[in-house]
Amino acid sequence: MTATLPWFDPARVQALESALSRRILVIDGAMGTMVQGHRLEEPDYRGERFAPGHDTLPAPARDGAQPRSHDLKGNNDLLTLTRPDVIAGIHRAYLDAGADLVETNTFNATSVSQADYGLEHLVPELNREAARLARACCDEASAADPSRPRFVVGVLGPTSRTASISPDVNDPGFRNTSFEELRVAYREAGAALIDGGADVLMVETIFDTLNAKAALYAIAEEFEARGARLPVMISGTITDRSGRTLSGQTTEAFHASVAHARPLAIGLNCALGAKELRQYVEALAQVASCAVSAHPNAGLPNAFGEYDETPEQMAGLIGEFARAGLVNLVGGCCGTTPAHIRAIASAVEGVAPRSLSSRDRNAA
Amino acid sequence: MNTVHRPTRLSGLEPLVLTPDLLFVNVGERTNVTGSAQFRKLIKEDRYAEAVAVARQQVESGAQILDVNMDEGMIDSEAAMVRFLNLIASEPDIARIPVMVDSSKWSVIEAGLRCLQGKGVVNSISLKEGEEAFVEHARKVLRYGAAAVVMAFDEQGQADTCARKVEICTRAYRILVDEVGFPPEDIIFDPNIFAIATGIEEHDNYAVDFIEATRIIRRTLPGCHVSGGVSNVSFSFRGNETVRQAIHAVFLYHAIAAGMDMGIVNAGALPIVDDIDPDLRDRVEDVVLNRRKDATERLLEIAGRYRAMKGEAVVENLAWRSLPVRERLAHALVHGIDSFAEADAEEARQLSPRPLDVIEGPLMDGMNIVGDLFGAGKMFLPQVVKSARVMKKAVAWLLPFIEAEKLRTGDTGKSNGKIVMATVKGDVHDIGKNIVGVVLRCNNFDVVDLGVMVPAQKILDTAIAENADMIGLSGLITPSLEEMSHVAREMQRQDFHLPLLIGGATTSRAHTALKIEPHYKSPCVWVKDASRAVGVAQSLVSKDLVDAFMARIRSEYAEIRERHKDRSGAKRLVALDKARAQRFDGDWANYDPPAPAKPGIHVFDDYPLADLVERIDWTPFFSAWELSGRFPAILEDAVVGTQARELYEDARQMLDRIVREKWLTARGVIGFWRATGIGDDVELQSIGDATPPTMLHFLRQQADKPVERPDFCLADFIAPRDSGKQDWIGGFAVTAGIGIEPHLGRFVAAHDDYSAILLKALADRLAEAFAECMHERVRREYWGYAPDERLGNDQLIAEAYRGIRPAPGYPACPDHTEKSTLFRLLDATAVAGIELTEGYSMYPAAAVSGWYFAHPRSQYFVVGRLTREQVEDYARRKAWTLAEAERWLASNLDYDPD
Repeated sequence: MTATLPWFDPARVQALESALSRRILVIDGAMGTMVQGHRLEEPDYRGERFAPGHDTLPAPARDGAQPRSHDLKGNNDLLTLTRPDVIAGIHRAYLDAGADLVETNTFNATSVSQADYGLEHLVPELNREAARLARACCDEASAADPSRPRFVVGVLGPTSRTASISPDVNDPGFRNTSFEELRVAYREAGAALIDGGADVLMVETIFDTLNAKAALYAIAEEFEARGARLPVMISGTITDRSGRTLSGQTTEAFHASVAHARPLAIGLNCALGAKELRQYVEALAQVASCAVSAHPNAGLPNAFGEYDETPEQMAGLIGEFARAGLVNLVGGCCGTTPAHIRAIASAVEGVAPRSLSSRDRNAA
Repeated sequence: MNTVHRPTRLSGLEPLVLTPDLLFVNVGERTNVTGSAQFRKLIKEDRYAEAVAVARQQVESGAQILDVNMDEGMIDSEAAMVRFLNLIASEPDIARIPVMVDSSKWSVIEAGLRCLQGKGVVNSISLKEGEEAFVEHARKVLRYGAAAVVMAFDEQGQADTCARKVEICTRAYRILVDEVGFPPEDIIFDPNIFAIATGIEEHDNYAVDFIEATRIIRRTLPGCHVSGGVSNVSFSFRGNETVRQAIHAVFLYHAIAAGMDMGIVNAGALPIVDDIDPDLRDRVEDVVLNRRKDATERLLEIAGRYRAMKGEAVVENLAWRSLPVRERLAHALVHGIDSFAEADAEEARQLSPRPLDVIEGPLMDGMNIVGDLFGAGKMFLPQVVKSARVMKKAVAWLLPFIEAEKLRTGDTGKSNGKIVMATVKGDVHDIGKNIVGVVLRCNNFDVVDLGVMVPAQKILDTAIAENADMIGLSGLITPSLEEMSHVAREMQRQDFHLPLLIGGATTSRAHTALKIEPHYKSPCVWVKDASRAVGVAQSLVSKDLVDAFMARIRSEYAEIRERHKDRSGAKRLVALDKARAQRFDGDWANYDPPAPAKPGIHVFDDYPLADLVERIDWTPFFSAWELSGRFPAILEDAVVGTQARELYEDARQMLDRIVREKWLTARGVIGFWRATGIGDDVELQSIGDATPPTMLHFLRQQADKPVERPDFCLADFIAPRDSGKQDWIGGFAVTAGIGIEPHLGRFVAAHDDYSAILLKALADRLAEAFAECMHERVRREYWGYAPDERLGNDQLIAEAYRGIRPAPGYPACPDHTEKSTLFRLLDATAVAGIELTEGYSMYPAAAVSGWYFAHPRSQYFVVGRLTREQVEDYARRKAWTLAEAERWLASNLDYDPD
């Protein structure tokens, strides 16, 4: 089984596990919020290569069909290629703020999501380059302070489809995607993240657990094909105060559904602020035998859809998570900035991480 | 054992953690085509909605895991597995438990695993095809994130002795744990349960072999579980349910003690060992434990005694009458026996300090049992309505005493809450609303029922005057949807904060979410059926529950609205002229429309009811009572059969009296007119000369279809002027509800909701039968285009004839207001006694009306969504404003009117 495969880079995994055993690690904050701050326009997204609204480089897979022009503004993952300076700048800002783990700019870099822009063929390149870029930033930071190694988290996002929910209210049996389609898409993205040098793969913002299971299946297949593996992190999303994922699962049911992947960490992110998320993180902390992560939003959105929890407020809440012994990794999702991450990092500094060995016994 | 093992964690929408204190996990077995003939039939006939109901019943009767098996030669098992699992995934009350994907074909198992977001169980893998296949399957199961049932089966075959069972399971365990890295807690062994008492001596020890193997497996293979298909063990006694259940109970008793902790059983049908007749239990135990050579013979000797003879009259057992009065009341409530209600209530009153104590004590206790059994799916709606009848009679007896007591002390009783209910303005249908009222009363809610055709303001005024806790609206016809939305807007405008409940046949979650809830800021909830009403009402009145409940509902509705937004672009409609260009072609050159054999208007003043009885389509009758299934198969249904039979008997008895004592009068009228198709209208040739010709207005489908499939409009079935052919159209209005009121009054006065609802439901069926019967006579005799047609009732129900009879307000012609034209042409109110309400609902409610079309290729269709263009066009044709058209066609609009 894949859990018995060797690590790709045992030394890096050991460094990560050792850091995890000593302290609460900090994951970076929002990418989208930071990109928004740059007020980029269509030409920024297009750069030279995509100036006509499509890829100008020859792509053999396209059967000579005339590529159609798309608006590319909003395709943040493309910035890895067209504005790597912006993306690298964001990574560096988070590293400066104290992030131990940096997430790749690949939330939408799957064929399912890139199809909206006619850029499915870019998926391997987007993932590989995003991992490389993040890795270069992490290596710089690690070199500056060798006592504190930084790690690249290769992000596999949820895609815009749901495998276990019908998009048609009149036909509950209908699905607009399938396990197989998602498995293939995730495998392509995951393989490229490995190629680009990711230290960890993270299936995140899971609102439909079946999508996540397809991703985990694809990752396991890829590891098996390569004969080595990376640590895996899993992060679900409780959509609202009903305490369920969008696909209807409770936190405990979500955990039971993905625990077979034997992740390095399991956690929750997005949708809620730290205050609302706390009880679900606690539920997870009670059942999980691996590390527990939490990277909530900066509060709940206000009437304009903006997040206005201050770094101090959010760090106060997450500091309490840490002192209550609930977490091993913390960070931020929508609306968080380097200022939030800096405040969070200082709030958890010196607080003991949730104990893993005792959890094993409790779970028994 | 030193190692403490992790508990098995399975999941559906909710987790199922197998801890030792769980003792025994029930795996629901009825959603299995190899084990349930009923389920197989549903799947084969593509009746998935009913198949889903079987799953729900399993969960409600206590199944903790749902076994799903589609292995049948005539079924595309993979497709059926995927479809069924996707369907139950959308039902939160089913999907909350884990699924066991059961198949002997690996491809089917894999297809099933790809549909499960939770952690399910594979049933099964084994060493049957050797180690290599076993390891490969186990690895995949692990990768999909499931637990696995491992059969005691190897290359040599299925293990029957204890030694072989233990040997194979041990070998499998070592491979799984040591080689594959399979978590031991996710291994569930099935050491094979085989039939005993078969008369073959080698089989006598099968149960003992299983029990002993279980003991050893659980002791020596740490972490694992043991399961099995229990019903196999009693296979030789099939047909004798009492003995079979006794064998199951005794077998499980011993197997569970030995460590069996999971089983595929008919959840909810197991007797308790102590309840089994001692003589039977002893002999069963001899067989199960193989304690004596002649055990099988000795069980056979007495087995006949327990076989319920078919058709044997059940002697009424009055033993319960000797119980104390408190228990008698509970028994009468649970069993729906009303004959002693008043006497027992009186006896209880004399024993109680206050008359109210009888209600709050024994009666409420009894109703709580009823409520629990209903909630657990162990009682069905007709039983609950009968229980309510007992309750009402007892309460009616006590009321004068309570009133007197109240005058004396000022003491009043406590209730769960008060609801004001009404069928909205313009609508007369109330069977469903009455059932909801009964069920709520059973659960100690005060129900103020305002009846039918109730204007918004009256509902709101009553809610204030009564200091109600919530308001419930019901309706059946489509204009009622608009009226409900109006009530919601009024509630908001008048600053109401009471929860609003929405129910009735045409209502839906989607409609409530899109068209009602957005207008009202306080809670607004769609209630699917009577069985959901109590849960919703309780959540709404509970301070602890209401916020979480409403948060859930609101996010659900918000999500529906979001999806609706996304959807509007998806199924694009075509422009009206394109739809019209793609009209149905009647091939008029080669078709001569038949003239009616008996033209003009024909009135049927008092149609013989006896002729209608045999025409009844019973299936909708059962669904009115929330018993799902097709008649007559429903009478033999494993789940609801008993209830269905009882209800059917009551219905036949009442039907006999309706006919014999002439409780109801059936009246009807039919007519035929010369007709010409003009676009989407049909012009009727005027009968006199001064009056302008009458226009019938129809609507056209605007679906984007391939050219060979027409966008239908009913007008297409009538020859257009340029065809040069003379065509005809017919119309009818029939009722079977004349004279129903005094009988309903009688039942209501006797606190007998059960009979009142039964009578209304039967009148509805008779009216439908009347319509069917008239249509046949029209085809054979009055229009006469099919004089030789000879069809049985089933074929009639299946509409295997030429011509259609669409009703205004229904999918092919959704505008209810066209009924006024039909009624004017037939003079239906005067000659048949049927009135139209302002909402174009017919009174008596047991009535049917519609048009007759004779074209051989005329067919039913659904007009569906309409663009603003067609609604504007229709408004012009009807001489309406656009707003009027949008109001009457609200349910068909493809856009949000301004």
